[in-house]
Amino acid sequence: MKKVFKGRVITPGTVTAKALVSRGGFNTLASYQSAIMFGDKQVKCGDQNNPDLYKKPMINKAICLPETIGSTTGGMVLYTVCALGKAPACMLFSKPIDSLAASGAILAANWTDTKMPVVDSLGEEFLSYVKDEMTVTVAEDGTVTVE
Amino acid sequence: MVLTEEQQAVLDGKKGETLAKVMKTLIMYGEAFGAERMVPVTSQYGHTVISFGIGVMRPVYELYDKLLEEGAKSIQPFSADPRPLDPAVPSGFLQKLVFKIMYSQQERYEEQLKKFGIMSDDAYSCACYLPEVNNVPKRGDVLSWAESSAVVYANSVLGARCNRNSGIIELMGMIAGVVPEFGLLTDEGRKADLVVEIKTEKIPVAQLLGSAIGMKAMERVPYIKGLDKFLGTELNDDVCAYLKDFGAASASNGSVGLYHVENLTPECKDYGEKLIKEGAEVYVIDDKELERVKSGYPCIWKNPDAAPKLCFVGCPHLTLSQLIDWTEKLEKGLKESGSSKVKVPTVFTSAPAVIKEFKKTEYADRLAATGVILSYICPLMYMNNPLSKKMPVITSSNKLRTYTSAKYYDDVEILEILTKGGKR
Repeated sequence: MKKVFKGRVITPGTVTAKALVSRGGFNTLASYQSAIMFGDKQVKCGDQNNPDLYKKPMINKAICLPETIGSTTGGMVLYTVCALGKAPACMLFSKPIDSLAASGAILAANWTDTKMPVVDSLGEEFLSYVKDEMTVTVAEDGTVTVE
Repeated sequence: MVLTEEQQAVLDGKKGETLAKVMKTLIMYGEAFGAERMVPVTSQYGHTVISFGIGVMRPVYELYDKLLEEGAKSIQPFSADPRPLDPAVPSGFLQKLVFKIMYSQQERYEEQLKKFGIMSDDAYSCACYLPEVNNVPKRGDVLSWAESSAVVYANSVLGARCNRNSGIIELMGMIAGVVPEFGLLTDEGRKADLVVEIKTEKIPVAQLLGSAIGMKAMERVPYIKGLDKFLGTELNDDVCAYLKDFGAASASNGSVGLYHVENLTPECKDYGEKLIKEGAEVYVIDDKELERVKSGYPCIWKNPDAAPKLCFVGCPHLTLSQLIDWTEKLEKGLKESGSSKVKVPTVFTSAPAVIKEFKKTEYADRLAATGVILSYICPLMYMNNPLSKKMPVITSSNKLRTYTSAKYYDDVEILEILTKGGKR
């Protein structure tokens, strides 16, 4: 069943991708550090504290999450992931975005050629509805369709 | 966002295209959080979380080259997180080779930091706020810092004002000399939306309490009741060391940027419960809850029962009083077990400036006599080496546990392992 959610655009863009869902906080450094350091083409999640994502490929996925947590290298890590062409297709936050994720999204938008739409404030219902591998479409105005 | 004439001119390109982009980035960052203006950075020094020249992070160094080519420089001297490498720390031939490849950009990056205006060659520590390192902001100072453990300490213990900025963004704030005003820079943003009631029988382990609160609070501001019963009401060396370790765990296991401890931290002393927002959730922590949190930590060692091959203590970097305290405890423990050296190769990490001071004391030789190696590195950077990741490494740092394969034990357990041996 198709369901539509409306969020706030942090960095604009349109994309359709398969969902990868983190129910808890997404630790950006812990998730990406092994993958970027050792050139993992699938960009598998390295955060052993995140049972939803651990060891799952993250590249070109619609990462659905409540917020990011952890080290303040988070934004720099996201920027690097985007600059290296290993970015997720988009990042979709159920809560208002946190400062580290916003930094990463804005750095990537201003200083790289990558287009990674980022939408926040999609609400708790979005996160409880979306499941791994569902198809997610992001529109320019922050409308997110899940089916 | 309303900009001053000068800020608008920079945005319009008066100081070049790259600096205009720096200003645009900072403005977009603020607008995402409803900031209405940019405010001046008022601290004497800045701090950057990026201290490592990792080969694959080349986009960061290319960006910094671009900034330097346009003449960008920090408006203030700044410190940086710890260096990633120290030959004194045990590593095998292959490990050393991998380190060399991994951190191939270290020299280039340190040169960049010099050009941007780092305080000195010794200004590499995550605990830059320690008096020996001399980057101690005053209450009310507005900072452009990044490093989760330093930001939470500056906000909570020193009463400075800093958001949980990301690496790169913090340097851009230092270059522009302004940061967007939102979140922890505002009185409203510093109010607590989680009340934590400590009901433990004895003083909770700082690294464990921080972890429990971090996981619960995420990015909320906790107001902690009942901790003053154990810590007292004065910010002495021991209490500050406790809060350093507690805060680092809360920031890495969650994303806490500020906490208030009733009757202890500066804003709590002035405003008390007026800092609590209406309807704040209450989280009760007793001994059972701490045990629940600890038992939930995953162990990703190939053989979970392996005997430890290395131990790290000091993430975040140890204070001078912690180094002295550990020396005395190790000596006592070794004496009791009839040993002279620690049973597991062990590295204590601290700031270069603290190590310098420690070496002036009699304790330096006494610690060396136990076999412990004293280093200035970042243990996390050591653990990033895939060969290190395969090693059974133990630590009393909850931050190191969170980001690496290191297994967590509290200080008492670590002391027992180091002095009596065994795997527990």
